[in-house]
Amino acid sequence: MSITPEHPAALDRRTVLRRAAAVGMLATPAIGLLGACATSGSDGDNEQVAGGTKSEKNPLGVKEDAAIEVVIFNGGYGEKYATDVHEPLYKTAFPKAEVKHQATQAVSTVLQPRFASGNPPEFVNNSGEKLMDFGALVADGQLQDLTELWDAPSVDDPTKKVRDTVVPGTIEAGSFNGKPFVLYYVSTVFGIWYSGKLFKDNGWAPAKSWDDFIALLTAIKAKGITPYGYAGANAAYYQWNVILTQAAKIGGTDVLKNIDNLEDGAWKQDAVKQAAAAWAEVGAKFSDKSFEGLKHTDVQLRQNQYKLALYPSGDWLEGEQKQDTPAGFDYQLMPVPSLTASDKLPATALRATAGEGYFVSAKSKNPKGGLEYMRQMLSKAGAKGFTEVVKAPTVVTAGSEGFAFPPGVASSQAALKAAGQDVFNLYFDGWYKELDTEARTATNELMFGRINADAFVERIQKRADAIKKDSSVTKFKR
Amino acid sequence: MRHGKYPFVIGFLFAPVALYVTFVIWPYAQAFQISMTNWRGLSAPQWVGFDNYRRLLDDGAFWKAVQHHGVLLLALPLITVAIALFFAFLLNVGGKSSGGQRQGVWGAKFYRVVFFFPQVLAVAIIAVLFQMVYRPNESGLINGVLMKFGLEPILFLVKPNLALWSIIAVLVWQAVGFYVVLFSAGMASIPGEIYEAAEMDGATKVTLFFRVTLPLLWDTLQVAWVYLGIAAFDAFAIVAVLSVDGGGPDGATTVLAMEIYRNAFVYSKYGYASAMGVALFFLTLTFAALTLRLTKRESVEY
Repeated sequence: MSITPEHPAALDRRTVLRRAAAVGMLATPAIGLLGACATSGSDGDNEQVAGGTKSEKNPLGVKEDAAIEVVIFNGGYGEKYATDVHEPLYKTAFPKAEVKHQATQAVSTVLQPRFASGNPPEFVNNSGEKLMDFGALVADGQLQDLTELWDAPSVDDPTKKVRDTVVPGTIEAGSFNGKPFVLYYVSTVFGIWYSGKLFKDNGWAPAKSWDDFIALLTAIKAKGITPYGYAGANAAYYQWNVILTQAAKIGGTDVLKNIDNLEDGAWKQDAVKQAAAAWAEVGAKFSDKSFEGLKHTDVQLRQNQYKLALYPSGDWLEGEQKQDTPAGFDYQLMPVPSLTASDKLPATALRATAGEGYFVSAKSKNPKGGLEYMRQMLSKAGAKGFTEVVKAPTVVTAGSEGFAFPPGVASSQAALKAAGQDVFNLYFDGWYKELDTEARTATNELMFGRINADAFVERIQKRADAIKKDSSVTKFKR
Repeated sequence: MRHGKYPFVIGFLFAPVALYVTFVIWPYAQAFQISMTNWRGLSAPQWVGFDNYRRLLDDGAFWKAVQHHGVLLLALPLITVAIALFFAFLLNVGGKSSGGQRQGVWGAKFYRVVFFFPQVLAVAIIAVLFQMVYRPNESGLINGVLMKFGLEPILFLVKPNLALWSIIAVLVWQAVGFYVVLFSAGMASIPGEIYEAAEMDGATKVTLFFRVTLPLLWDTLQVAWVYLGIAAFDAFAIVAVLSVDGGGPDGATTVLAMEIYRNAFVYSKYGYASAMGVALFFLTLTFAALTLRLTKRESVEY
């Protein structure tokens, strides 16, 4: 079976196959191609537009006829709030400016090449599963400093700065090393959710202390309903959030600050260990092993079918489940209960933050326009319009006045009010994605009974130490 | 007509070679370059030399992935080829012989089409399909039945020592059809007289298979082995969609492509991810070269 160029007919099937195999060998690990994005993109070839004249109506000095491009993540909140509310507001303020709108479900896929080639859009809603790494963007100088926006007079009351119209903590949530870069717009409250109807029918009440909580779980179990569960397949962070919230309640908010700042031994703090041990027990006694193989949609559906009683999540849950929630289900939030009587924070304390990130690209053509767009978003009309379209409260204090929220959001807003000053947040997952991944994996190991609390804190601490030592990772402090 | 042959050949080759170089070779070369930098996907990368490769050496996830490729490399070709050979033999020469012509078992034509079905489905669809099959509660295809009989559900993708094998089962299920067709084509080209002669000498079906079919199919087998080996270095789509927690539980099913994906698109460490890509490239290359070298032997002329 010799093959010579003189006998092309001898190129039989097998030879062709063998050659095809050789070609396939080069082509199959296509993942190698993923690095093929252009690295040659140059910065600064994008000429920025000159400023306009500052005036009372235009405190930021936006050029009146400069175009602005808006990219919206078309996810849970849709894009209607942008096209129907915020963009018209900008158009009204600057009739001569063109507003280009684009919506996407994969933000990084669409925008990565634009950043790499130095031509990013002015305004970006960076959210969803494929969001761009905020830490990397900040480290790269791609984000516009928002200090100018926060210090600008607000749209509705020129005597009031924009920073004074939003819920406390909003600016901090979007700050990196003390500098504000990201606007988190939607007020988000975390807790444990239950069906008001299921609880009322069975005479159960939400628990404030740990003993009550265990009694409640036992009662639910006796009824043949899975008392507690989260989705291990893709949403383990809902559970580390509960464990860390518990830790903050036990040991005070500094526990979380140490974790965020990658302090030595931060994960090995007693509060974290105690919280992990307590929840490991809940996982072992009151959950279902099969949940590790389920996605969040499956588990949330089980709750809607009254097969699961308690589920940890943020207050987007009610909107997310709108399609599957039976009538009268009545979503209610209960804060994570206190573990001991000597907890540093009261039972009402909870984690709340501003969610859904927006930024202005520093290297875009018209960054001032982007800032102005944010100022319009933060106006009363902008916030009210958003809340009316997506049924979620914004960080603008005056924005949700007089709006009748559905029961779940109403209960989380009430819980937020009851918490008063005892509201805290954590940031490490946004700053160090690798630590988030490790915490998720470790949480599954802990909650489904493969490791104990000591091993849990040990392994996350190990990863935190490695990140601290890694010079290629930009560090953040708060 | 030797005159002017080269301009003619070059004229024909120019376009495909240019395309191939631009879209295949050049990105590969770039991957090598990026792997020597700490590029995070946005601004200009900085040169860090072999730092990323040094990091690979003590990256637990990387070694776990390599180990899984080792398992896949043994299990996937072995199981797939064994099943495919068995089916192909039954479909082509397993039945009665009529008029000196070997026949497949009854309904062979139907089975051949059915076996090929998985090949037609997109990989992502297969993964989603098997999510239903493996689902660990009463709505899962397998566990639903088990639980009806009052048995405990099997946590296919959740038990660390079962998860990888559950993934391998899907890969095999998906691949078998193609190799049945490939081997069938190979068997069809084996002359009937050889079987006839062997049968006259009193060979049983088993002897026929091992003494006639297998040796005459050697070239096709070799190709199958290389293909499956390369598939064993991939497995990304199935792992990404099907496994728990992206290659979990606790990395029990992770593969290199999964780690590359995570490092590049979740951690934005494009430089480090490229270094993994380069490692994968050399692993694949070594495997293919080794297989072709080791399985080289005199092929039988007929």
